[in-house]
Amino acid sequence: MSPSEKRISGRGATERRALSARAVFAGPGLLYVTLFMSLPLLLILVYSFFTRGRFGGIVWDFTLDNYGRAFEPVYLKVFGTSIVIAGITTLLALLLGYPTAYAITRLSPRWRTIALVLVVLPFWTNFLIRTYAWIILLNSEGPLNSALLDLGIIGAPLGLLYTPAAVVVGLLYAYLPLVVLPVYASIERVDRQLLEAASNLGASRIRTFVDVTLPLTLPGVMIGAIFVFVPSMGNFVVPELLGGGKTVMVGNLIRDQFLEARDWPFGSVLALFVVFLLVALFALQAAISRRINGKQVTRV
Amino acid sequence: MSKVGWLRLPLAVTYAFLYIPIVVLVIMSFNASKTPFVWTGFSTKWYGELLNNELIREGFINTMIVAVSATILATALGTMLAIGIARYFRSAIVEAYSLAPAIIPDLALAIGLLALFSLIGVSLSLVSVLLSHVVFGMAFVAAVVIARLGQTDSSLEEASRDLGASAVSTFFRITLPSIAPAIIAGALLVFTLSLDEFVVAYFTDGPTTPTLPIVIYSMVRFGVTPEINALAALLLLVSFTIVLSAQRITRLTDSV
Repeated sequence: MSPSEKRISGRGATERRALSARAVFAGPGLLYVTLFMSLPLLLILVYSFFTRGRFGGIVWDFTLDNYGRAFEPVYLKVFGTSIVIAGITTLLALLLGYPTAYAITRLSPRWRTIALVLVVLPFWTNFLIRTYAWIILLNSEGPLNSALLDLGIIGAPLGLLYTPAAVVVGLLYAYLPLVVLPVYASIERVDRQLLEAASNLGASRIRTFVDVTLPLTLPGVMIGAIFVFVPSMGNFVVPELLGGGKTVMVGNLIRDQFLEARDWPFGSVLALFVVFLLVALFALQAAISRRINGKQVTRV
Repeated sequence: MSKVGWLRLPLAVTYAFLYIPIVVLVIMSFNASKTPFVWTGFSTKWYGELLNNELIREGFINTMIVAVSATILATALGTMLAIGIARYFRSAIVEAYSLAPAIIPDLALAIGLLALFSLIGVSLSLVSVLLSHVVFGMAFVAAVVIARLGQTDSSLEEASRDLGASAVSTFFRITLPSIAPAIIAGALLVFTLSLDEFVVAYFTDGPTTPTLPIVIYSMVRFGVTPEINALAALLLLVSFTIVLSAQRITRLTDSV
């Protein structure tokens, strides 16, 4: 074997080794994701084009009716309610989450870590229990009402529970940490020299914030907004437990189609809507953040 | 904290908002009253009642079976996946695909899995819950371990291979020790995730083997009871402890 041949076969062996290492390490995991995430999602895509079975399941008659049904007024109203409730929740989460994230970036490194852990901690606890806590808190005889009564702020207990407002509070409570983290990360990445340059050139702190910080952190803000808006649309527990079933959102509709109405194809259409919403918003986020980053480079 | 100034206000509002409900819940778990939201006096009797509640005990055992098995499977699969991605693939698309189960809306994943299980004839039981919990658990482990692998120097592994160590030996002697803290942290996170997970379990579990969150859900739907307060306080304590330990483990090694 000549030296050059040896080198080629040697490189081939290395490549083969790398390929087999890929297969050994990543293979099982990728196969698992494919079987238990991609296949299920593909299945509901397929189901959405067929006819419902009488007791759940599916009959293999092709139809587009399931998509048409989504535009019936009853369901359009549910979409409307969901968008309003999820939208208000997202807005409140940003109004509270942005300044909180901003404040955390201004803390000393030690306090910063503690502050971030404290934001994330509730997110890792049982979601049902976090929702349940608000049933206790908002109850007409509960701590919030009795505190307000004792302080003389109100004369009679407020009916806080089982209202759309309670649903917003519950969703905000569930997803606020998901806004603070990406916004924090994006504020952290802002080049401090840009801020110094702005103030050296005479911009006020508010002007600097509006013209420099805010646009540069927009990608993080959008990620945070997506992380609140999409899960809020698909949440059925909070509308049920805190809204008393009076506020029906897309999540409730999907749950009911699968577990009560036994209309899997229509339920699939609704679930796909939530998945596509997520994908579309992420694509929008990616496009906008590319533009912002591009601008930053050309300006510098 | 001198540079914080007026920003103390949003910090205070956020932390009050996040922790007041939790504090109230814990206080109410020591309430003597039968009405779980009206304070009458101190008592620990509801913690005792918990032990007598057959449903809660059963749910706890079911949840532990799922959470322990899911942790083992997800940690093994997720760690290998992370090494495969960080050391051999280095592809953003493969990475995004692997981590997608952590971001995909849980309700869509849940009904997809329900449809899959009924199509291939897997009867709904703790096994189907386990299979479902592994898919997103694995993504969380992979995310934590990939982050750790990004911080560790791959030249050590290359040196080991150049000096003639086998891939297996390099893995056990070099790679594994350096990412062990991340693996443990990932495992702890999967355990809490599985322990607390409701939506996917609700769709993929069989009627005779409810997990603890499903038991809690049906209890809350029928009305609030003081026992739920006690159970809630205990579960909060468990999650807090586990997540804080996971955080400590990863931080201790970050500073090294």
